[in-house]
Amino acid sequence: MDEFIKQIEGEFDDIKPGVLKPDSKFREVFEWNSINALILIAMVKTEYDVTLSADDLIAAKTVQDIYNVVSSRVK
Amino acid sequence: MAVLSLPGIKLCGIAAAVPATVERNADYTWISQKERDSLIKNIGVETRHVAEKGITTSDLCVTAAEKLLTDLHWDRGEIELLVFVSQSRDYLVPTTACIVQDRLGLPHSCIAFDIGLGCSGYIYGLSVIGSMMQTGAIRKALLMVGDISTITTAYRDKSTYPLFGDAGTVTALEYSEGAAPMVFNLQTDGSGYKALMIPDGGARNRMSRKSFDVKPVSKGIYRSKMNLVLDGIEVFNFSLREVVPNIKALLNHTGASLDGVDFIVFHQANRLINETLRKMLRVPPEKVPYSIREYGNTSGGSVPLTMVAALAGDLRSGKKSLLLSAFGVGLSWGSVLVETENLCCPDVIEV
Repeated sequence: MDEFIKQIEGEFDDIKPGVLKPDSKFREVFEWNSINALILIAMVKTEYDVTLSADDLIAAKTVQDIYNVVSSRVK
Repeated sequence: MAVLSLPGIKLCGIAAAVPATVERNADYTWISQKERDSLIKNIGVETRHVAEKGITTSDLCVTAAEKLLTDLHWDRGEIELLVFVSQSRDYLVPTTACIVQDRLGLPHSCIAFDIGLGCSGYIYGLSVIGSMMQTGAIRKALLMVGDISTITTAYRDKSTYPLFGDAGTVTALEYSEGAAPMVFNLQTDGSGYKALMIPDGGARNRMSRKSFDVKPVSKGIYRSKMNLVLDGIEVFNFSLREVVPNIKALLNHTGASLDGVDFIVFHQANRLINETLRKMLRVPPEKVPYSIREYGNTSGGSVPLTMVAALAGDLRSGKKSLLLSAFGVGLSWGSVLVETENLCCPDVIEV
């Protein structure tokens, strides 16, 4: 989980290290828009070879939610 | 697997033309300053060349062709095949390639027809021309690929308007017995056709007054049914799912490796997609050229435009081994391994 948060922090300039927690609602931590969605999808695909769909992102509220989706699909 | 190996066809030259009018995404005030900065940085589009009213894709292609034919010193009477690949034809009827045959002064013995593909169009166009030239009966051919996408994007649709630019390209091919084969892997998944489409105006949903009603779709997105729809996440995931396996299957089939390829030229979809593909393939940045910063996503013309805009210096001298890969609307995608030698490659022309 710490690794996952570090990877997200690495992708988004807006997020200062240490701000993001597992229960952080990512729509509240920084301005959430479609480009940010693509950045997150790209990071997860590159690092974990897991595909996040639009529905996954709509259903997920917190960093933990995304992490759960990713870990359930990692081969 | 539709892998085609087509020997005996030489790529002689490529030229590209874009409209002179430039729009800057920094000036796209429909979205916030912060979104503009993020768009320019991540999607990678800083400026786009946009056709003024009256300029068509074929105009850009014809301008490029005039220059290329002059530079190649080709006799127009010898050109017996013209393929025009576009989703922005001059007219709904007739076929644009017929009009271009006459405009360019090509002989009546010339075969001319259109192919209605977008993003993947250059790869498909090469495969069709290469296949038709196999017998050696046709010695010289022109492939025109381009689009004026900006006439179909709505200003108040942030998912399309700042992404697309206009371009027309032409590629000259010649039958040449010793030429190394072009090897293609072409694929289709029509189940995703709604991810990129113009809903109305064809035969399925005929044009009506309602077709032009502009409606809110989501935050920052207003458009009519005559405008281009782009489902960004759908196209993004499609590209990340399909392109790398397509390329790997092609490499497996030929026994080639990416180490032996000088450049990989991707369709200029958006910078984030292409950079992710590059990382997935573990290829260094210097092997993956871009034209998206200056020209935007130029649909089917983006691969040849990138070759001209970013690689002309390299392609003009010596032999180069290229992997071209394009993917999008259809959904349709494909890759080709191709070799060039002393390619005739005039600088990008502004019209």
